[in-house]
Amino acid sequence: MSGLRDRVRAELQQTAKRSAVAASTRGEHLAKERAWRELAAEGRLQALRDQARDVKNQALAHHEEYLRQFVAQVERRGGRVHFASTGEAAVAQVLAIIREAGACRIVKAKSMVSEEIGLTPALEAAGLETLETDLGEFIVQLAGQAPSHITGPAIHLSAKQIAGIFCEKLGEEVPPDPEALAALARRMLRDKFLTADVGITGANFGVAETGSILLVTNEGNADLATALPPVMIVVMGIEKLVPDWAALEPLLTLLPRTATGQRMTVYVTAITGPRQPGEVDGPEELHVVLLDNGRSRLLGTKYQDVLRCLRCGACLDACPVFRQVGGHGYGSVYSGPIGATLTPLLKGAAADELLDLCSVCGACTENCPVQIPLHRLILEQRADRAAGRPGPADQGPWHTAGQAAAAGAATGRFSPAGGAFGAVRQVSLAERWLFRLWAWAWSDPRRYRAVARLVALLARPFSRDGHLTWFPGPLAEWGRERDFPAPALRPFHERWSELEQEEGAAHEG
Amino acid sequence: MRVSLFATCLVDMFAPEVGVSAVRLLRRLGCDVDFPSGQTCCGQPAWNSGHRAEAEKMAACTVRAFAGSEYVVAPSGSCAGMIRGVYPTLFADEPELQAEARALASRTYELSEFLVHVMQVDLRTLGARFPATVAYHTSCHMTRELGVREEPLALLDQIEGLERRELERADLCCGFGGTFSVKMPEVAVAMADDKLADAAATGAEYLVGADLACLMHLEGRLRRLGGSMRVLHLAQLLDQATRPAQGAVR
Repeated sequence: MSGLRDRVRAELQQTAKRSAVAASTRGEHLAKERAWRELAAEGRLQALRDQARDVKNQALAHHEEYLRQFVAQVERRGGRVHFASTGEAAVAQVLAIIREAGACRIVKAKSMVSEEIGLTPALEAAGLETLETDLGEFIVQLAGQAPSHITGPAIHLSAKQIAGIFCEKLGEEVPPDPEALAALARRMLRDKFLTADVGITGANFGVAETGSILLVTNEGNADLATALPPVMIVVMGIEKLVPDWAALEPLLTLLPRTATGQRMTVYVTAITGPRQPGEVDGPEELHVVLLDNGRSRLLGTKYQDVLRCLRCGACLDACPVFRQVGGHGYGSVYSGPIGATLTPLLKGAAADELLDLCSVCGACTENCPVQIPLHRLILEQRADRAAGRPGPADQGPWHTAGQAAAAGAATGRFSPAGGAFGAVRQVSLAERWLFRLWAWAWSDPRRYRAVARLVALLARPFSRDGHLTWFPGPLAEWGRERDFPAPALRPFHERWSELEQEEGAAHEG
Repeated sequence: MRVSLFATCLVDMFAPEVGVSAVRLLRRLGCDVDFPSGQTCCGQPAWNSGHRAEAEKMAACTVRAFAGSEYVVAPSGSCAGMIRGVYPTLFADEPELQAEARALASRTYELSEFLVHVMQVDLRTLGARFPATVAYHTSCHMTRELGVREEPLALLDQIEGLERRELERADLCCGFGGTFSVKMPEVAVAMADDKLADAAATGAEYLVGADLACLMHLEGRLRRLGGSMRVLHLAQLLDQATRPAQGAVR
C-alpha cells in the first residue's frame, strides 16, 4: 500500500506539474465534450457508441477466427507474423528481427504496447539507437522520464521546461513556444527518418479482412516511420483486431473526437503488407508481433469488456484523481481509470493497490467511447480482492482451455504465458475485521442503535463545537487535514418520537 | 401519500437535523411520513470496498425494514443509488429476498427526485423563499448512478430570492469516495480543495448538496481552511425556504 501512497504524496507536492496536468486534461476533456455534443446534436452519439461497443465485442467474441484471418492476410501479402505470449518474448522477437536485418538505427512511432513491454529501454540497452518520433515521446525520452498520459506523454511539462530540456540535451536555444519547439524537434527528427534502418509502430486497429494495420496520428511521424525505413515492425496487442473495414466507421468517428476533440486526426495510415511490386514506397519487410501478455486470460471472463479499450485517454482526462496525481502517480504504464482497471488484470495481485486510487465517481465510464464500465470493473476487482479470489492474472497460464484456444494456441504459435502466478490478493486483516464487525453490528437495528449510542458517549469528551478533536482508528487519516463531525448525542432515531408529536401541527397549509 | 423516510446512517448519527428537515418538508407538502425503526445502513461503504458479503447483510436488513413501505425516500442520492442500482443484483441464492430487494428498488427515491417526479411539487405555490446566493454541488452517484441531475436545480430555481450560482467543473468528484477518503486522504483533500475553490469563486454564501457524505468531507475541509461559506443539505434549505415563518435562518 505504502508504495503507491508515497508516490502519490510526492506527486501532490509538485504544484507546477499538477497545474500542467490539470490544465491539459481539462482542456482535452472540454474538447471531447464539444465534439460529443456535436454528435449528440446530430442524433448519432449514442448509436455510434453502441456500434463501437458492439464491433469490439464481436471481435472479442470471435477472436480466434479473426486472428486466423488476420494472420493469413498479412502473410498472403508477404508480411511475417510473430506471436509473443509475454512482454519479454515480444522484446526478444523484435531484437531478433533487428539483428537479422543487420540494423542499428531505429525510429519509433508512439505506441502504448511498446511502453507496456519496455521496448525502447531494452533496445537502447542492446546498444541500438532508438528514437521516439512522436513529439511528446521525443520530449520525455530526452528528459529521461516516463510518459505521463496515454495520448499526451509530456502533458506534465510546461513549454518552458521543454525548452530547457531541448537546450540541455540538444544544445539548441529555443523560445518556450509550442511552434518553435515542434519546429526544432521536426528538424532534428527529419534526418533520423531518412537514415533509419527500422521503423517500429504500434497499431490502433488490425483489420482481419485484409490484414491491414491502422495508425491514427496527428504528427505524420508514424507515416514517415512506416514509409521510409526498409524494415517495419508492428507490435500489436491481440485485442486490436476488428473484423473488417466497415467496423472502423464508428471507431474512427469516435476515436479522434474522444481523444482530442478533433473530427478527424491529421493522418490515418493504413499498411497492408510490405511494399508490393509497382508500389513506390513502404517497407521492404513487414513484421507484425502479436502480443498477448495477459490479454487472452481476460477473454470470456467478467473482465473481457476492458479489452475494448481504444487507448483514447478520455477516462484520464475526465478522472478527478488523475487530475491531481497525474500519470506518474500511478507508477504504471497505463494510468488513470484504464490503468487502475487494466494493470491489476494484466499483472495480478502485485498491482492491486491501484484499485484504491479511485473515488468511484463514474466519470470514466461516462466518458468512455466504447462504454467500458471502468469503475464497475474496479469495484469487481475490489470484491475479488476482499474475498481473496485470484484475479485472471493470478490463476496460472490459462484458466480455461477455451481461452487458450481463443488466444491463438489454436494457430499453434502461442505458448502459454508466464507471469507472476500464485500471488494472493487480499486486503489487510484490520480492514477485513473492521468490515466484518461493522456488518455484524449494523445488520441488526438493536445492535446498530446500541453502537450509535456508545459511539456518541465515547466521543463526547473529544468533541468541541460539534466536531471531533481526536480521530481514532481509520479516522486518523481523515482528521489530519479535515474536521469530522461529532456523533449526535441524540441521533435521528431518538428524535423520531417527538417528531411524531409534531404531526398534528405539521399540516400548516 | 405515505412516505417512509430512509434517514441513512450518516444523517441518523451525524446530522439528525437533516432528517428532521426532510420529515417537516415532506409533511408540509402533504405526505404522511413514517420512520421504520428497523433501518440501519444501506451497506454501500462495504460494497464499494469490495466486502460484498458484508454489504449484503446490511442490505438484507434494509430490505426487511422497508418491506411494508409504499414509497421510500432518502435524503441521499448515493444511498438511494445503492438501493436502486445494486440491490437488484443481490441475493442470487435467496429468491424471496431478491424479489423484495427488487421491489424496494422500484419504490425508492432520492428526496429531490421524489418531490419533482412523484409529488410534482411547485415550490412557488408554497411561497418558498430563501434570499441568498447558493452554489449547488452535484454528487457523482446521484448524477451518474441515479441519473438525477436537474431535479435539485429545478427545485432551487422555484425559490424566491434564491440566486443560484453555477460551479465551474461541476462534473468533478469532490473526493469523498467512501473508503477512498481514508485510504487516499491526500488525494481526497486535494480534490476537496479544487471543489471548494470552485465554490468560493462563485461568491455564493451557501454550498448546498444532496449527499451528506460529500458535505461532511467538504465542510470538514472548509473548517480547516477557513472561509465564510456555509454548507447546507438540500433538505435543510428546502425546509427553511418553505417554513411558514419564511426566510433564511442565518
